[in-house]
Amino acid sequence: MIGTLDAKIPPGPLAQKWRSHRDHMRLVNPNNRRKFDVIVVGSGLAGGSAAATLGELGYRVKCFCFQDSPRRAHSIAAQGGINAAKNYQNDGDSVYRLFHDTIKGGDFRSREANVYRLAEISNIIIDQCVAQGVPFAREYSGLLANRSFGGSQVSRTFYARGQTGQQLLLGCYQALCRQIAAGTVEMFPQTEMLDLVIVDGQAKGIITRSLRSGKIDRHAADAVVLATGGYGNVFYLSTNARGCNVTATYRAYKRGALFANPAFTQIHPTCIPVSGDYQSKLTLMSESLRNDGRVWVPKRKEDRDKPRGEIPEADRDYYLERKYPSYGNLAPRDISSRAAKEVCDEGRGVGPGGRGVYLDFADAIKRLGEDVIRERYGNLFEVYEKITGENAYKVPMRIYPAVHYTMGGLWVDYDLMSNLPGLFVIGEANFSDHGANRLGASALMQGLADGYFVLPNTLPNYLASQMGKRPPPDSAEFGEAEGCVCARIEKLLSVNGTRSVDSFHRELGLLLWDKCGMSRNEKGLREALQKIPELREQFWRDVRVLGSDQDYNQALERAGRVADFLEFAELMCIDALERDESAGGHFREEHQTPDGEALRDDERHAAVYAWEFQGDGQDPKLHREPLQFETVHLAQRSYK
Amino acid sequence: MNFRLRIWRQLNLKSSGKLVDYDVENISPHTSFLEMLDVLNEKLLGRGDEPVAFDSDCREGICGTCSLTVNGEAHGPDHPGAVCELYMRRFRDGATITVEPFRVGAFPIVKDLVIDRSALDRIVQAGGFISARAGSAPEANSIPIPKHDSDLAMEAAACIGCGACAAACPNRSAMLFTAAKVSHLSLLPQGYPERDRRVLKMVQVMDAAGFGNCTNTYECEAVCPAEISASFISKLNREYARAQFRRRLGE
Amino acid sequence: MIVAITGIILILFVVGHLLGNLQIFIGPDWINGYSQHLRDLGPLLWVIRSFLLASVIIHIWVTIHLAIENRRARPEAYIDRHYVKADFASRHMVMSGLIVLAFIIYHLAHFTVRVTDPRFGLLKADPLGHYDVYSMMVYGFQNYFVSGFYVLGLFLLALHLSHGSSSFFQSLGLNDKKLTPRLALGGRIFAWLLFAGYTSIPVAILLGIIKPAQQL
Repeated sequence: MIGTLDAKIPPGPLAQKWRSHRDHMRLVNPNNRRKFDVIVVGSGLAGGSAAATLGELGYRVKCFCFQDSPRRAHSIAAQGGINAAKNYQNDGDSVYRLFHDTIKGGDFRSREANVYRLAEISNIIIDQCVAQGVPFAREYSGLLANRSFGGSQVSRTFYARGQTGQQLLLGCYQALCRQIAAGTVEMFPQTEMLDLVIVDGQAKGIITRSLRSGKIDRHAADAVVLATGGYGNVFYLSTNARGCNVTATYRAYKRGALFANPAFTQIHPTCIPVSGDYQSKLTLMSESLRNDGRVWVPKRKEDRDKPRGEIPEADRDYYLERKYPSYGNLAPRDISSRAAKEVCDEGRGVGPGGRGVYLDFADAIKRLGEDVIRERYGNLFEVYEKITGENAYKVPMRIYPAVHYTMGGLWVDYDLMSNLPGLFVIGEANFSDHGANRLGASALMQGLADGYFVLPNTLPNYLASQMGKRPPPDSAEFGEAEGCVCARIEKLLSVNGTRSVDSFHRELGLLLWDKCGMSRNEKGLREALQKIPELREQFWRDVRVLGSDQDYNQALERAGRVADFLEFAELMCIDALERDESAGGHFREEHQTPDGEALRDDERHAAVYAWEFQGDGQDPKLHREPLQFETVHLAQRSYK
Repeated sequence: MNFRLRIWRQLNLKSSGKLVDYDVENISPHTSFLEMLDVLNEKLLGRGDEPVAFDSDCREGICGTCSLTVNGEAHGPDHPGAVCELYMRRFRDGATITVEPFRVGAFPIVKDLVIDRSALDRIVQAGGFISARAGSAPEANSIPIPKHDSDLAMEAAACIGCGACAAACPNRSAMLFTAAKVSHLSLLPQGYPERDRRVLKMVQVMDAAGFGNCTNTYECEAVCPAEISASFISKLNREYARAQFRRRLGE
Repeated sequence: MIVAITGIILILFVVGHLLGNLQIFIGPDWINGYSQHLRDLGPLLWVIRSFLLASVIIHIWVTIHLAIENRRARPEAYIDRHYVKADFASRHMVMSGLIVLAFIIYHLAHFTVRVTDPRFGLLKADPLGHYDVYSMMVYGFQNYFVSGFYVLGLFLLALHLSHGSSSFFQSLGLNDKKLTPRLALGGRIFAWLLFAGYTSIPVAILLGIIKPAQQL
């Protein structure tokens, strides 16, 4: 039996929804705000901005992060920029256009009302960040500069060198620091949430472990906000930071929160390839490189270890130019990613392990000269040389796709509240705004929109009815949750097998990348669904975690996270199997146009799939939220 | 490649530590330094020894989590860059490599190579911000900022907060860290209203945290992965003098 | 900042002192006249001396205080240490400074209080009771050990100033990114010019270029 979900989208015309909703939401009197405790887990763009803003409003906030400082959250690594519909360039941009681009980019699998609100708020985010002192790039006039990003036809991206994420995060970290100093926010760095506590069906607290001392604590609150980012690290290798994990959202899922669209993951085509088994992470290179580089692999397997000079033109396969003559090397992210995987699967990949394709600048250098190329991409070539030790002016660059962002996340309604009252989910951790595929420079926008402007308006709407309902931390529900957490830690330490946590994680990553990576098919997914429980079983039988739980124990931290990934991976494959269509980042080989483009099935799948946990070893229950498109017309993406 | 590693092992702040020798073999020159430590840890786990604790997160040089002193240099010999951006090809095959934590009194050792840098957070909490309430911001383009000032502010703002400046300083001074934040915010008109208060409080907290004093050796800028210029320290000194003077005058 | 300001005062003194002393190359009358002129300042001389003394004391007092704080900031030293940019001079300011202090004490005892060299008492003052500074310098420096110690003291002073004479710009916030390397170079040149200037005197005396004006 499939349940149906109500997103509680306010009535009225699209452009009026957010305003009229704000006009009618309940408020909390300023004097009463200090009587409410709010827990925010995560301190990146979403969590940091939410904690700072709620603190400023007068709530008592507890903010948790696993890093040693909130400034190190992974939002810091975003490079490109942040979109806003300011139309400073007078090039025809508008809130509607940003909304429309985002919906279309998401391949029509996101909610109109949420996306419109995001586009609307985008402008005040820029105002807010500038007021905080974020040093966005400027023109000689002293006014803000913009660039076009991710194939957008308007220049609406604001940026701070290649470090936009860092600067935005520091802006919100500083706002958070101000609240910490003011005493409105209590910060718990190096503290990981290990369980969610539900009292009378409402989220009322969390169980945490201090990574420093191993101490387990109970924290009761009137509402819990999760801002714990994405789950890209389920693939082991991704562009995510080492610490990124699914634990907080997955624990919430096991306590009854719905997990929506876990199969929607985004692959970025231009990353530096894996150089060996020891590799711990992948580094992204800007997509702009494809403007001048030509992608190719040798035509014959035998040539793949030969240096470029020994492979004559006739023996090279410029496969993107061959397959997509009009777009060529600029074919969209998902298409070029899949094409790269295809040629490598055929055994024609280059570099260590055969997992790479050439991105060759020789022609561009011949045509434009090395100086022009250096001017355009100098810093990227430096990064490349630093990591690979190769000079890309002399030898072709090698690139390969990598997991980069996850669009799926906990299901939330229009107010960003999950199906569990009192549990709010913001930023990459929720599923709401990007549909099946996220556009460039939109992640930062969403994180800050949620944290600075949406949640601080919608949270009081819930809190207003919760006065005096905060349970004491010594209630039975907390005791039960703490018991579960402790038992699990004990279990991890007591297995005392032979294999390291990382070896399991790596194996899981390879399996998922193969079966549930950038292209999926029913057979592969079924295979994965068979293998994942086996691997999980092996993990609990043979993992080896040394040291104690009363101590700084990095292996124990990782063990808990990988254990969750091992369960979550299954959910991801179930969702990928259920979504029997191709949409955005989710490519089912069974559903493609003759040119290899994703083929949606709007009749059957124009919906959000949200999964409810039914118990260990049981299939999760599916809930559908049908997506209504009242303003935009569903259309096939075309890159002809 | 093979290496002999001499790594600082210390159980916690209270216990004393020592250098312990380990050998790693068959390391590809394309392995990053931290991945080499991962390999070592796998090996240690295999023989039942507790792995070496060290910090890292993004592993692409932006989050500032990693903090190792390699062969006596903060972040190792490849400047500018964080130690996560250091690759084994930078070393001779067979080399002996000494790995120590950032040794700064204000950064107590947590375990092995992991340190507690909350002192840096406290400096920012003291005033390293512009008070801008969400919702009260004026239109972004209403205050034009000369490109030069804005670019300079960006250069200062690029600090990743790793603490290498203090670790490398012969005096363990955190002036470069503090200077970068003070300069970033005081170069922008948005930061003017809190300018005096900010620099006075941040310096006060910095001193109270137990960092040393700047004697202008410029070792900090030499190891800074974000290439923050020590000229910002000059700017900090200027801001501090100005603030002191104005405060005295005001009183 | 206090260190920087007192440092500037002392640098100015060192320059002035050198200019005065270099008059020895012009002849006995010049330098004797100059020293007499200084002594004729009477109470003003004492004002200047106390001012300089105060500067020295404050300069040292504050630096020692800072050095103790710095020591406290690094409870544990690196076992392996490699500097990238901090040069020897900048890392050893306290050491070079303290040796310079020892040198100054000896120097004052030598020429101002005149207690270290018994021969100075044998030198005739002129009819008005003015000291023959010229001869004191010549006889003083004819001793290889004395000259050696002077050169060593001056070497350390120059080392101290090769960092200190540009460092104060930074401490006072008077430089910027472009100026800093130029000032550093200028500071080094300045310090070693001082060294050359000061050492030229004992060297000249030892080489016999400057001869005593009166015989013992």
